[in-house]
Amino acid sequence: MAEATALWEVFIRPRNGLSHRHVGSLHAADEVMALQAARDVYTRRGEGNSIWVVPSSAITASDPDHADEMFEPTADKIYRHPTFYEIPDEVGHM
Amino acid sequence: MSEVFVTALLELADDHLVLGHRLSEWCGHAPMLEEDLALPNMALDLIGAARGLYAYAGSIEGNGRGEDDLAYLRGEREYLNCLLVERENGDFAQTMLRQLYFAGFMEPYWQAAMASRDETLRGIAAKAVKEVAYHIRHAAEWVVRLGDGTEESARHMAEAVEELHRFTDELFLSSPAAAAAEAAGLLPARAEMRGAWEATLRAVFAEARLDWPDAVWPQKGGREGAHGEGLGHLLAEMQSLHRAHPGAVW
Amino acid sequence: MYSQGLIGADGRTKEDAAFLAAFQARIDAEEKIEPKDAMPEGYRRTLIRQIGQHAHSEIVGMLPEGNWITRAPSLRRKAALLAKVQDEGGHGLYLYSAAETLGVSREEMTEELLSGKAKYSSIFNYPTLSWADIGIVGWLVDGAAIMNQIPLCRCSYGPYARAMIRVCKEESFHQRQGYEIVMTLARGTEAQKAMAQDALNRWWWPSIMMFGPHDSESAHSEQSMAWKIKRFSNDALRQKFIDATVPQAEFLGLTVPDPDMVWDEGLNDGKGGYRHGPIDWDEFWRVVKGGGVMNRDRIKARKKAWDEGAWVREAARAHAAKRAARKMAAE
Repeated sequence: MAEATALWEVFIRPRNGLSHRHVGSLHAADEVMALQAARDVYTRRGEGNSIWVVPSSAITASDPDHADEMFEPTADKIYRHPTFYEIPDEVGHM
Repeated sequence: MSEVFVTALLELADDHLVLGHRLSEWCGHAPMLEEDLALPNMALDLIGAARGLYAYAGSIEGNGRGEDDLAYLRGEREYLNCLLVERENGDFAQTMLRQLYFAGFMEPYWQAAMASRDETLRGIAAKAVKEVAYHIRHAAEWVVRLGDGTEESARHMAEAVEELHRFTDELFLSSPAAAAAEAAGLLPARAEMRGAWEATLRAVFAEARLDWPDAVWPQKGGREGAHGEGLGHLLAEMQSLHRAHPGAVW
Repeated sequence: MYSQGLIGADGRTKEDAAFLAAFQARIDAEEKIEPKDAMPEGYRRTLIRQIGQHAHSEIVGMLPEGNWITRAPSLRRKAALLAKVQDEGGHGLYLYSAAETLGVSREEMTEELLSGKAKYSSIFNYPTLSWADIGIVGWLVDGAAIMNQIPLCRCSYGPYARAMIRVCKEESFHQRQGYEIVMTLARGTEAQKAMAQDALNRWWWPSIMMFGPHDSESAHSEQSMAWKIKRFSNDALRQKFIDATVPQAEFLGLTVPDPDMVWDEGLNDGKGGYRHGPIDWDEFWRVVKGGGVMNRDRIKARKKAWDEGAWVREAARAHAAKRAARKMAAE
């Protein structure tokens, strides 16, 4: 019998004003221990001031096989970018 | 006054170093990797506090003894830590309960020490109080999980209570030196921590479904240098290299 | 800490040529491969094995250094060593996590380590016999590991590369910590100097063996290089390590225990380098295969921690189930 303790993904906010960022994962039996482990494992050098832990199993990920249909159609919509529009230099920064 | 204050500071420093040393013995041998990270964090907090206390005691004493002289060149009869902290690690249940007992005491103690008349001590307390609050949290979560986990873990936990509870009374006793420092407003009165300690511990015991032991034979003697047999071995190991090379710099 | 000398990587794979070519094109374009991406089975297998070995090395590596935590000769050294050994545990954890993205669990990897099926860096099968060993291990063993780990930060597999970036950032203090210990000893009493030289004598050759067999003998190395799992050859990294380390030893007044070591103008494309004497590969293979003095003890120690921790882990899981049930009932 192979035992298994649940896997969690850890997100840390380095400081106020920034968003939480994925830093790694760890094992813990429940959310309270996961949070403590995240503190002990991922913030030993003052890496942050806020932690999120999420069960890895709770993440729904996009399938790389569908990457083309998911992300390619956006490529030719260049009118969404400011450089698409021509404004004379004399007008100044806009 | 300075002499008794030095002695009282050494009592505190020894508590922290000995417990930190015990925790450091786990490094690389913990039940799970996450705990291999958590235990050294607590050990480093404790050793750090010990260093601050030794350095301060040495400076008040004024004989040129630094942190290492005080840590490495005093024998077991000169060590003044309470008996609880020197208890061997036993199993993980005992280690966590020992931590909870100690942290549950130190948290209100440091809290009160932030009102000490002594500025340096206030500084040490302000730093330590945050560390020890986390120690309570971490140890308490484990005591709850082991007490209310499996039958086997509950058995380990109950055994830990039986093993360690008898050493908790000593936390609230002040040596003559400590009592004098307390009367002078330098240190908090140990006896006054009992209410807060018991409230913390009883709440955790209830959640962990552990029985609060009613009749135990309280053990004491650490503050007079009368220890169990384990401390001599701990110090023999800790001090062996330092003592083998008198005067060497490391 | 770890270094190459990956034993028995198996890059064989059975996908069709078009798939392999498309994959290779992504690698050649320095694109990172991420967990759910299609990848050749050989690539996945090689990574699982290499990251697993790397993680195991960090974990087993806690033991020889942990051996001196309780005897560290000053409180400053005690705290630094404890923090360092703790870091190694953290590195093991990051690496297990990286391997887990490839579909293998930490528990499975742990079982492979404990059964002897999975290997770890052979350097940890040597004992730490004096305090000077702690300095030398930091200086040489971590130094060798860093040589290997810095290129791994650019490894083609995203999670491994990211773990290595974190590891390298944290390890930067390890080698300095070790060198400072050795320097203090080298400038200390006669007994301390002798301690430092003795430790260097014992660890030098195992350290340079950490880079693994000569390129001519290194099986499967080419495939790993092509897939950018490994980015430099064993011999190239070994040479780089020696060239960096020999002057550091000289600075301390310590002697590298290689009587055949000479400066050779022709090495490193004419820039010159230290040519080392013959390496005792019989010794290397003996220790890799289990014949080192500490092999059995290392695994025994890990097994003891794992077995004695079983009831703790089980209790945590049991409690988690109870909590979840209570929460459900309350809702």
